Amino acid sequence: MGNIAIKADHIGMRFNMSTVKVDNLKEYVIKKITRRIQYRDFWALKDVDFTVKRGERLGILGLNGAGKSTLLKVIAGVMKPTEGKVTTYGRVVPLLELGAGFDVQYTGAENIFLYGAVLGYSREFIKEKYNEIVTFSELGEFIDVPVKNYSSGMKARLGFSIATIVEPDILILDEILAVGDAKFRKKSEKKIKSMFKEGVTVLFVSHNIEQVLSICDTAILLEKGTIVAQGKVEKVVEVYTKKLES
Amino acid sequence: MKQNIKNFTKYRYLLGELVKKDIKLKYRKSYLGILWTLLEPLLTMMVLSIVFSQLYGKADKHFPIYILTGRLLYTLFANATKTAMKSIRANAQMIKKVYVPKYIYPLSAILAQYVTFLISLIVLISVAIILKVKPTIHLLEGIIPLIILLVMVTGMGLILSTLAVFFRDLEYLWSVILMIIMYCSAIFYEPERVMKAGYEWVLRFNPLYSVILNFRNTVLYGIGLNMEALLYSIVFSVAVLVLGTFLFYKSQDKFILNL
Repeated sequence: MGNIAIKADHIGMRFNMSTVKVDNLKEYVIKKITRRIQYRDFWALKDVDFTVKRGERLGILGLNGAGKSTLLKVIAGVMKPTEGKVTTYGRVVPLLELGAGFDVQYTGAENIFLYGAVLGYSREFIKEKYNEIVTFSELGEFIDVPVKNYSSGMKARLGFSIATIVEPDILILDEILAVGDAKFRKKSEKKIKSMFKEGVTVLFVSHNIEQVLSICDTAILLEKGTIVAQGKVEKVVEVYTKKLES
Repeated sequence: MKQNIKNFTKYRYLLGELVKKDIKLKYRKSYLGILWTLLEPLLTMMVLSIVFSQLYGKADKHFPIYILTGRLLYTLFANATKTAMKSIRANAQMIKKVYVPKYIYPLSAILAQYVTFLISLIVLISVAIILKVKPTIHLLEGIIPLIILLVMVTGMGLILSTLAVFFRDLEYLWSVILMIIMYCSAIFYEPERVMKAGYEWVLRFNPLYSVILNFRNTVLYGIGLNMEALLYSIVFSVAVLVLGTFLFYKSQDKFILNL
């Protein structure tokens, strides 16, 4: 433990890309008998190994398909790696798809309790923080309307308000948050910046080099699922820009 | 193991929230709301009683209760296994994005059905009072088949939810199998008819019938548990639960690749 926040120990993630997608019994039996199922192994991540210290802000760079999203999913615990192991210390809050755990038939208020429970908070705790969440989301009287009638901005605002109600130990950000209108965006950026000050560990994925430089202090560069550069953010960005030009 | 228990205590609120959500949303759009939990079995009982007592041309005073006990337990079995089977696919969006122990989904689906079932027992009690079924000391033993049934549907639900991720057509297949189980469970006919025809084994090997039999023995006839049926249903339920847990744990990491 100590001052380590994330330890990725030689992780590899393999996907079976069967040439034909088989998801029903009849096809499976037929194809199995005629030996038509051919699997093509595809490693989205291979031998990825790094540690993130507490309070460190790590940028993850790479072109499309380099394995960035897969890496985030593995760290968030959504996917289990085929090889190796990821250990995280503390509460991980992924600000990836805000409101992914919402039930659209439920009202905003009911969804606060549901999504809170998804993130592992108790009912009493959410009750305590309920007003704070509603105020931050600026939803006002819409909080008692079913979420299916929300605009996507409203959904994201509510999701953001619930997810950030607790100071997380590890924050996962995919691109910079474009939540709601300019006013709310400013507010959410302020909230995230305040978390930085609290010493939260950050994983940040972006194609925007300036943002990475301004937020992160270290970085890794992924290419076809392996780390090709690792270290100080300026150095890694330099390698990345060279790759972009070539 | 210790890790699993720790994880469960963390997510027990989620389990509660999901059970509540299932029950709440089921009746939200209807005028009579949760009352349907009571009305639906009551109405089907009336239809079945009229149809079958006319058909057999006899007037057993307790026949409606005979039907009701069988139907309530069968409906729980059918609904719990069906919703559990679909639970992983229904929550695919969530599974792809947030980490939550996956057994929470089938388990909450089953528990929601079980709670609905417990509420609908009010109908059984009311009808039993109206038709003057004499309560006996064996009434309390009626809890035992209900617990066995919960274990059974949990095991079946875990197995089905796992298989349904990989084979989508199981959903259609299972509704056919459920129909076969219904006709093999002596819900609206008396078992003597089947036994006379030499098909006793159908009832003997049907674990759901063992549960229904014991429920009727304790609640309706007041003669206590049938030991053979009790033993058989316990062994079957525990075996299914062990198999289901094993299967689910072994395949759950592959779910996301197939959703």
